[in-house]
Amino acid sequence: MFNSRISSIIRKEFVQLFRDPRTLALAVVIPIVQLFLLGYAATSDVRNISLAVWDQSKTPESRQLLDAFQAADYFTIDYSVNSSDEYQKLIESGDARVALVIPSDYDRRILEGDAQVLMVLDGSDASIGSTALSTARLVGQSYGTKILSQQAALNGRAAPRPPVEVRTQVWYNPDLNSAYFMIPGVIGMILSFITTILTATAIVRERERGTIEQLIVTPIRSWELVVGKLLPYVILAFVETFEIIIIGHFWFGVPVRGSLLLIILTSGLFLMSSLGIGLLASTIANTQQEAMLTVMMYNLPSIFLSGFFFPLQAMPKFLQWVAYAIPLRYYLVVIRSLMLKGVGIEAIQREVIALAIFGVVIMTAAALRFRKRLD
Amino acid sequence: MNDYLVQASGLKKYFGPVHAVDDVSLQIKPGEIYGLVGSDGAGKTTTMRMLVGALLPTEGTISVCGFDLRHQVEQARSTMGYLSQRFSMYEDLTVLENIRFFAEIRGLSATEWLPRSMEILEFVGLDKFIDRRAGQLSGGMKQKLGLASALVTRPRLLLLDEPTTGVDPVTRQDFWQLVIKLVSARNGDGVSVIISTPYMDEASRCHRVGFMKAGKIITEGTPSNLRAQLAGRILELRGSPLHILRHVAHADPDVEDVAAFGDKLHIRVRADKAGLIMKRLPEEIKAAGGLLTELRAIPSTLEDVFIALSEDREFLPSPTL
Repeated sequence: MFNSRISSIIRKEFVQLFRDPRTLALAVVIPIVQLFLLGYAATSDVRNISLAVWDQSKTPESRQLLDAFQAADYFTIDYSVNSSDEYQKLIESGDARVALVIPSDYDRRILEGDAQVLMVLDGSDASIGSTALSTARLVGQSYGTKILSQQAALNGRAAPRPPVEVRTQVWYNPDLNSAYFMIPGVIGMILSFITTILTATAIVRERERGTIEQLIVTPIRSWELVVGKLLPYVILAFVETFEIIIIGHFWFGVPVRGSLLLIILTSGLFLMSSLGIGLLASTIANTQQEAMLTVMMYNLPSIFLSGFFFPLQAMPKFLQWVAYAIPLRYYLVVIRSLMLKGVGIEAIQREVIALAIFGVVIMTAAALRFRKRLD
Repeated sequence: MNDYLVQASGLKKYFGPVHAVDDVSLQIKPGEIYGLVGSDGAGKTTTMRMLVGALLPTEGTISVCGFDLRHQVEQARSTMGYLSQRFSMYEDLTVLENIRFFAEIRGLSATEWLPRSMEILEFVGLDKFIDRRAGQLSGGMKQKLGLASALVTRPRLLLLDEPTTGVDPVTRQDFWQLVIKLVSARNGDGVSVIISTPYMDEASRCHRVGFMKAGKIITEGTPSNLRAQLAGRILELRGSPLHILRHVAHADPDVEDVAAFGDKLHIRVRADKAGLIMKRLPEEIKAAGGLLTELRAIPSTLEDVFIALSEDREFLPSPTL
């Protein structure tokens, strides 16, 4: 399939890769580190919010309420305080996020049916704050319903039923485990970050070290040089993809419901954009450092505007429009749909077409700019 | 039919407002060693890079072995070996891996490259270091590796861009022995060499030398031809105190240049004024309180020619080729 010139370049590239521990580490270890970091740390599931309690009532009734809070898994009662100053300090220092104040007449008022408790929330971290707020409301509501039905039972009446009940079904990820969402995203991030950086620096390195001057005067053609330089990184990118899929599946339990063949094919389409950007950056940059910075200017907006961290729907309209120009955005839809939903090609055809267009356009532009000359 | 291996005419290379090379023409015969000399920034490297097709000339044409460089660049390149000024082998590959890579990429087959590589490494004296990483070679060995790589496909034209800059004198000597062997190895259709160098002793080993200045070749000829242009115009003075001799020589309107060489001075005088100065100087020195013990005409060197040419004067007649 390849002529000997291309295979010579490929072999040389691999020998150099294996002799350069830093690049090899970047290529093999970074995906794993990112996988574990994002699989565990970058989870939006807020749990174990630290709670300070000022229980002025100290009765079996108040203890039942606290049990209800703790049972929800979202709160842990870390502090028991005896004044508003104390919980204020705890919230100021960030040791506690939420304070719960139970008044001294709680047990009496609950029998009368108008008990009130005070919840103070630290809203400075919006995601913790909003989770605490909604969870606290939910706990209060269900605990209230429980008391009502208990009282009804005591009085020999049937428990009142709410007039409307919303029954929920969560598809694809019933536990709403955010690792399911993150890990396919990591594949997209790796295929974008590592591939653009490695290809750009691999080509610029030849220029920086002066070896390009020797390459130029050989009869190798530009396209052969490009193919020979890029192919090792295509192989590396697929090794990384499988690395993530395997660890994601067997360690984090992320399902792989769609066809592996489709995953490979669509990843290949997306890779064309990344390789093209890397190649394009290499035609602009003169040093490896410049190359890194150049691809960063592509990668950073990609990460933030692709829906990797933040949902696109929540963004201002203007940014949503910008996001249409970002290949990673389409790939994330594709890889998440393939892995989690197990869809076929028809469900993702718009995204696949977009990826193909981006790939061909970027690659062509890069190949046209790439000159086997010094000027 | 032209019997030139390289024919370049009207070469120009502009980088924005900078005229790096400004109308250079070259004709190199088979088996010829052509030296390009000139100060840094004179345009030697740019000229070399255009000749190998690494830079596209702004204007002008080049043909190498009958291939036009603009349209048949790959064919032309397959006849050339190039050693760039900067070390351009892969430092993280071994000597043999480097040679193999460049041999294969230049089209040597799996069965050809090994015997050819070993032959060429033995020729340059690196056959004992085939497993050493190129980055761990000494400066001279690196240049020999570069030469070996340029020679692996038996080019007909070898371009060497300042191959001996920063290399010790013994290795320089070695290197030149290799170049001379190459040129004389195959009689008749031997390798042609274009070499750029800042060293005048190296320039005098070339068959022909071209002096470059501000992007132009301002004069060209055999080393003896070039030296002949200053014949009789270099005088050597000995005496004491040296600073008075120097001062007096400087003050003389017919003395163009004074250079100190240890306990003597070399002066370059205007054409046809040597006789006059030989008479005048002793008196002037005596009048200034100095003592002249020796004054004689000496043969000019290429260095004298180079210095004369580097100055901003146009007093040398263009040599006839």
